[in-house]
Amino acid sequence: MSALLEVSGVSKSFGGVRANDNISLKVDDGRIIGLIGPNGSGKTTLFSSIVGFHPIDGGSIRFEGKEISQNTVPEIARMGLLRTFQQTRIYSKMTCVENMLISRSMRGRAFTDFFRQRSSQKVDRADDLLEFVGLFSKRNLMAGSLSFGQQKLLEFAMALMSEPKMLMLDEPTAGINPTLINGLIDRLRRANAEFGITLFVIEHNMRVIMNLAEHIYCLAHGELLAEGPPEAIQNDQRVVDAYLGTH
Amino acid sequence: MTGGTRVAVWGALLALGLAAPFLFPAYLQQIATLWLFVVFALTWDLVGGQMGYNSFGNVVFVGVGMYGCAVTQIGLFYSVGAYTAARGGGTEFVFNMPQYLGGLATGVVAGGLLAVVTALVLGSLVLGMRGHYFAICTLGLGVAAGELAAGWNWIGAGSGMTAPTAPDALDVNSFYYYLCFILAVVTFFATRWLLSTRFGLAINAIRDDEDKAEAMGLPTTRLKVAAWMFSGFFLGLAGGIYGNMNRFIDPNDLAFAGSTIGVWMVLMAILGGKGTLWGPVIGAAVFQVFKELFWTYLLGWQRVALGLLIVLIVVFFPQGILGYLRERFPALFGHTIDPDPAGASEPEEARP
Repeated sequence: MSALLEVSGVSKSFGGVRANDNISLKVDDGRIIGLIGPNGSGKTTLFSSIVGFHPIDGGSIRFEGKEISQNTVPEIARMGLLRTFQQTRIYSKMTCVENMLISRSMRGRAFTDFFRQRSSQKVDRADDLLEFVGLFSKRNLMAGSLSFGQQKLLEFAMALMSEPKMLMLDEPTAGINPTLINGLIDRLRRANAEFGITLFVIEHNMRVIMNLAEHIYCLAHGELLAEGPPEAIQNDQRVVDAYLGTH
Repeated sequence: MTGGTRVAVWGALLALGLAAPFLFPAYLQQIATLWLFVVFALTWDLVGGQMGYNSFGNVVFVGVGMYGCAVTQIGLFYSVGAYTAARGGGTEFVFNMPQYLGGLATGVVAGGLLAVVTALVLGSLVLGMRGHYFAICTLGLGVAAGELAAGWNWIGAGSGMTAPTAPDALDVNSFYYYLCFILAVVTFFATRWLLSTRFGLAINAIRDDEDKAEAMGLPTTRLKVAAWMFSGFFLGLAGGIYGNMNRFIDPNDLAFAGSTIGVWMVLMAILGGKGTLWGPVIGAAVFQVFKELFWTYLLGWQRVALGLLIVLIVVFFPQGILGYLRERFPALFGHTIDPDPAGASEPEEARP
């Protein structure tokens, strides 16, 4: 398997705080990879660095073999590398269907494409995906009127609508009703298996990430602390110490 | 609305617009101004309402269109410098019918295009700013443009410019009335079309969460500049017509009138309902009626009354007429809960 995303030696500081220090990791095509670490360990900063939200201080980020550390957020998104946000971000004053329609893939599309009418084919696709996440009945409601958990599901469906090659999810289960988490794990797996989307997931819920990910990276204090399959990470004394605060 | 009633409503509105000069001949100029206000409010709302970029600088495009049109009209046949130096009057600067109509057509289009270029240049510079910063910056644009025009001798500087005198054979009142009406109708349908495309969804997305729109790959800067250019084009056309209708172009009180037209267009859109298609149209109509009533019955106090109206709207009615209706009766606007398709699982939230 080839590396879809390759991060090597990436560092990022905010003033005197080194949020990411010389981090290297890779995500192979077609897999589900986890990223864990205590609060403030630099997980979200790393996500933001990868998608071009802020410039990195050093290192290189390659997506499909191409250097992307100099590209802008929309450019990287159009390459098929997408992220979702920890605090959900949806278009609150638009209906769910409209949220879906504007999220469809921008890859290889000219600007003039914006002056086309909405296609019924895309509406069908939007409906299918809304059904996939269980929001079909709310399709014509304003997205802002959904509950937090539903907004999270909508954001996930929007990401699927844009047919990314790789999806980086920032705490997909945070704030979701515990009874729904199993359903969400199942949907993430299906997105990976059926739609062929590589997943890179930040997660605090250990049960979820140990179930979902095939390989896990653990950050602490901005540095890569450990990596390995879930079982090895679970039994790694350094990881346990980091979470208990003795690191 | 069913198809039949829809056609009937459209037909009635169109007939009313066409017949107004015969029904209300005394108010012809006020109604013509109303059509221009509709253009102002619709184009403001595209950027301020649909895209969420509150601009106090859109009046710049009106002024650019006004001057661009007048300069073209005159420049086609005479020297602009000589015309403005002579205050545009006298017997030497006469426009016959083909010159007047041809010059007006060319001038209005030129004014519109000049406004588009202005929007492209200014937009590329200021549309990187967001929220309050953008609003304040555009406020400055209007003031700066007025000062520039007031200092430029070639276009008459502070004493302004007089639009070419129409030939006597032309019934100017009806002529400009229909020009304004046609422009309002064209602007309405162009806006309606634009909002029905993916472009409409994209600028709504920018309004709701620009960072998310970028993260999803939308070319936000190009979209924003394009929206402003669209807005600028119709404002430029409107400015060209407005200047000729008004005859005298003053740099600060008419062309770049930030404190009147510049603010009014914002107010009309808010009054009718920001981010809706019909809101700005309704807002412009209600506003123009109040404005004319104040000017007629409260002369001397008209600005106080208008100021009071602005305060009342912003404090008690910020969502506007259509915004209020949409909040009260969401089903009328299509925001309904649909049944799940057969065989689908229970809605997620139904479970405890």
